[in-house]
Amino acid sequence: MPHDHHHDEHDHTEPPSDLELRVKALESLLVEKGLVNPDTLNTIIDTYEHKVGPRNGAHVVAKAWTDPEFKQALMTDATEAVASLGYCGRQGEHLMVVENTDDTHNLVVCTLCSCYPWTVLGLPPAWYKSAPYRSRAVSAPREVLSEFGINLDEDKKIRVWDSTSEMRYLVLPQRPLGTEGWSEADLQALVSRNSMIGVELARAPDSGAEASQ
Amino acid sequence: MKGGHDLGGQSGMGPINPEPESQEPVFHAEWERRVFGLTLATGMLGKWNIDESRHARERQDPITYIENSYYENWLEGLERLLQEKGLLAPDELAGNAVISDTDSAVQVPDPQLASKILASGASSEREARSEALFSVGDRVLVRSSEGTGHTRAPRYVQGMNGIVSAIVGCHSFPDSNAVGVHEGATLYRVSFLGKDLWGTTGANSEVLVDLWEPYLSAGIS
Repeated sequence: MPHDHHHDEHDHTEPPSDLELRVKALESLLVEKGLVNPDTLNTIIDTYEHKVGPRNGAHVVAKAWTDPEFKQALMTDATEAVASLGYCGRQGEHLMVVENTDDTHNLVVCTLCSCYPWTVLGLPPAWYKSAPYRSRAVSAPREVLSEFGINLDEDKKIRVWDSTSEMRYLVLPQRPLGTEGWSEADLQALVSRNSMIGVELARAPDSGAEASQ
Repeated sequence: MKGGHDLGGQSGMGPINPEPESQEPVFHAEWERRVFGLTLATGMLGKWNIDESRHARERQDPITYIENSYYENWLEGLERLLQEKGLLAPDELAGNAVISDTDSAVQVPDPQLASKILASGASSEREARSEALFSVGDRVLVRSSEGTGHTRAPRYVQGMNGIVSAIVGCHSFPDSNAVGVHEGATLYRVSFLGKDLWGTTGANSEVLVDLWEPYLSAGIS
């Protein structure tokens, strides 16, 4: 049984090739036994590597910034409003949007595993699933934000959302100053994935955002 | 259970060191890509649910859980479930057995069906069988979890008082779901003051945790 191994066989110094071999053996076995269709496997991987990602969320945010009716619908029932843009499915069945304001900053974490709104953000980054983030996002949120380069005023309240249920949280960042009259499409380039988790703010208009896309 | 996965508030985990967003790939190695795909593909066989899947990862010894990378924990959980559900024999996994035929009743999704499953998801809402015991504004106390079963009440709120900020609805109860009993319970969003939970590092912060009714009792005012 794999969980009977000693700890020292499982630390980060384990040669990657062993893992590659172990996973290849498992995949071959599952395919040979007819438990996995190889085309299905590739479709699943392709969906989350290339099709579902944070551009979906950026579309939602930029639309909320420019379309008051959509924003109202989004704040009332995010699952339905987001579905109206065509984003729905696995790990997005119950969405809630939490809005950053002058008084309050929102931050999303899953301390128990890695719950994350896949339909709008894709799969979570490695740091979101890591022990340092999961342990401290709840207990020292200001410290965590400063590691991402945000230093909030002491009088700004932080709301930390621990995703313990099947509710999935998406942060609506504040629209950057100096973007009056911008189109929804141009605004999307300012909406980073990290700003929708709440560890950063939306990019400033002069930050060369387009170049980093 | 209070396992290695229950990380909220744990000290000493070090800095976050995030990769820059524009440079981070979705997967960091080919084996991660395959573990992710295999986990979702076999999940579609309908032999286990999301809470059984989480519990399979959580049941590792806590030191291993923390030492493992994320997808190593997925791999451990997947191998465990495949054996516990009888889809793979331990000998087959060890590579020293004649591979047996799979039960023909097992339905393996083709790519079209898999895409449909991913695009439709599965609601965790359940029909409410009783009125919510608590109301918005009520003070509630989080019970201490017992035993080695799956739970979604993080250790850091157990024994703490919070205020009900919303009644989310009736949702699948993870503790039961993890042992294959499909029942709903009222889900609340409970607000805890950061300074109550953590002292100064939680100053001017609030932590919102989704908690099911069986986790809660009337709070102490």
